Amino acid sequence: MAAAARFFTRGAHSKLSLVAVGGGGGAHCSFGAALLNASPTCNSRTKTQRRHAAHFTFQPDPVPTQYGPTQKMNLFQSITSALDNTLAADPTAVIFGEDVAFGGVFRCTVGLRDKYGKDRVFNTPLCEQGIVGFGIGAAVAGATAIAEIQFADYIYPAFDQIVNEAAKYRYRSGNLFDCGNLTIRAPWGCVGHGSLYHSQSPEAFFAHCPGIKVVIPRSPVQAKGLLLSCIADQNPCIFFEPKILYRAAVEQVPMESYTIPLSQAEVLEEGSDVTLVAWGTQACADERKENNLRGVKGAKPSPHDPCAEGSGKHGPRETGGVMRGHRSTDHPALGCGYRLQVGGENWPFAHQPRGPNNRRLCF
Amino acid sequence: MAAVSGINKMYGVCLHAVRVTAGLRAARLLQHRAFRVGAVHQQQPFDSSLEKPQFPGASAEFIDNLEFIQPNVISGIPIYRVMDRQGNIINPSQDPQGRISFYMTNYGEEGTHIGSAAALDPNDIVFGQYREAGVLMYRGFPLDMFMAQCYANADDLGKGRQMPVHYGSKDLNFVTISSPLATQIPQAAGAAYAVKRENMNRAVICYFGEGAASEGDAHAGFNFSATLECPLIFFCRNNGYAISTPTNEQYRGDGIAARGPGYGMMSIRVDGNDVFAVYNATKEARRRAVAENQPFLIEAMTYRIGHHSTSDDSSAYRSVDEVNYWDKQDHPISRLRHYMTARSWWSEDDERSWRKQSRKMVMEAFEKAEKRLKPSPELLFTDVYQEMTPNLDKQRQSMWRHVQQYKEHYPLDLYDK
Repeated sequence: MAAAARFFTRGAHSKLSLVAVGGGGGAHCSFGAALLNASPTCNSRTKTQRRHAAHFTFQPDPVPTQYGPTQKMNLFQSITSALDNTLAADPTAVIFGEDVAFGGVFRCTVGLRDKYGKDRVFNTPLCEQGIVGFGIGAAVAGATAIAEIQFADYIYPAFDQIVNEAAKYRYRSGNLFDCGNLTIRAPWGCVGHGSLYHSQSPEAFFAHCPGIKVVIPRSPVQAKGLLLSCIADQNPCIFFEPKILYRAAVEQVPMESYTIPLSQAEVLEEGSDVTLVAWGTQACADERKENNLRGVKGAKPSPHDPCAEGSGKHGPRETGGVMRGHRSTDHPALGCGYRLQVGGENWPFAHQPRGPNNRRLCF
Repeated sequence: MAAVSGINKMYGVCLHAVRVTAGLRAARLLQHRAFRVGAVHQQQPFDSSLEKPQFPGASAEFIDNLEFIQPNVISGIPIYRVMDRQGNIINPSQDPQGRISFYMTNYGEEGTHIGSAAALDPNDIVFGQYREAGVLMYRGFPLDMFMAQCYANADDLGKGRQMPVHYGSKDLNFVTISSPLATQIPQAAGAAYAVKRENMNRAVICYFGEGAASEGDAHAGFNFSATLECPLIFFCRNNGYAISTPTNEQYRGDGIAARGPGYGMMSIRVDGNDVFAVYNATKEARRRAVAENQPFLIEAMTYRIGHHSTSDDSSAYRSVDEVNYWDKQDHPISRLRHYMTARSWWSEDDERSWRKQSRKMVMEAFEKAEKRLKPSPELLFTDVYQEMTPNLDKQRQSMWRHVQQYKEHYPLDLYDK
């Protein structure tokens, strides 16, 4: 996690450009960007750093004022709020999955069944391929279908339905049919004690698949707005919710409905030396103190071409490099998509090791 | 002995029914059978004072004999039919009096298509597998549109993107076919649930073969539709083969109909080559599925006379004699024709002239579709998402640049603009 930051210690006055980026391949990804500080010196590694446990401190954003009155909510409460707004406004909306009726194993659907009825918030049998297949069919028939997969680690039985069916429904039917009304939600990412099967970040598998959108929020305010955007979006969306943030992330979140655009990344800080890309929990990592990196402003690349489109003065061409920080396996990782796209678009030779100003490209 | 009598309680009426002529009792969709699925799925109230089992997961009695339930020890679920192989009505009360009006060739399985399609409302949503062209044709899909899809020409509603027979029609409520098998089964359950909430007297029917019924998606779809109480008809065309795989390599139980009660689902097996039996069963299943919000499973026994596809030569795995039997002795079209000729509604002259006319119509549609332009290459890039994305737009522009640069290699005059 801090490894990405450790690479970057060259030169004086290194300014990082921090960018939240969409996924490679065909997926739309919406991310938050990490805050990094770059120090004038390169001696950050002389001090030994001792970690006692995987941890970070969530930094809430300033209270948003443009969406109406707010209320203190953690991440799972912001999800509940989004679902509540949706069920209230859209009579066709239904929420289903394992254990959602009593409130869900992460409390994301607490109170909704009592408020909206058992035909709208209901348990399904324990079968992920069924949950997603059912969701696709409901969406095709015109309902707003919100499917919950209990952990992203268990999404694989539904992989065929997602990749072969949901993603291709509109294209293969010549736009006669589509399942744009489908949103799949799943708890995502490492939590410290989850081990192999309660910690996975499988976004890379889906980012490769055109026809779906993959969205990962970094905070409660982002989560509610992005989830509402996914539900409204007329393409099937997968919304991964960083489970470590369910209780740890607390912000003032607007109570009314609002949306955050899916196809734009979010800039957290601007800079001119390197473009740093991160999503989900990684975007919350406060690595300033640990890595002596100076925070800089970032650009706002588009989801498909993280570093060229719309980067303006903050893309890697301008800053001198791209780093990606994420919490998935590096086997290869989602960042490889960036590498090729950055390589293809911004540099005449994909293997060119150094960018302008003789800066090394880091991946 | 208690075990046997226990089993008899479950299957007692079934054993009795097997002894009588098939087709008479089976017509009532297991209503009077002891497959009392309605009782099973409701969890009894907990009462620890009773000696009865209190497990929430099953509603049953205790026994003290160790005995396994043997599959297949009783005869298979009987096959409901209305006509014999010569087209004679067996039980006149089952004769539906001429609501069928059209034929189409999906060789050997025509009875399953026409019988079921005729029993549905036009608003009912159809999820198919790929061997249900007759359903689409019954609903009025023009020959030209079938041809357009098969030729992937500029008239294809699917914009030329899929292999032949992957047809679909929004107007006719026929969801576009996809190649992966059985994926439509849980989707049909979801669509039926949405349709139930709309409360507009609509049902959903889902077709699949006995091979696709082995997929996990089939299990998922059956279970979801039963637990979520969906107005849905599962229609299994058991045609004896999944490409080269015969049914005894596909399953060991009593076909697909026997699985229905395991899910708490009303189930029936019908003679799929008897268009009236298919019609009657589908009609009743549809009526009750909508009225009672529960799924019905119809297993239509039939035979795939043709090869699996043009890529297949079935003489590699089955005998010509076997195929000939079904073609000559038990063909759905022949049986209906015998029924009609016996009533002077059809004659040999009608048969000859209709065959000639049909051939002409089909050949003309072939030639017309063949001559049409192909869809515009632009359509490679649209509909991936609802909106065109920057990434795809770049690829599209790159494609055109390439095609312009090397235009002598690309026959653009064959493609729509």
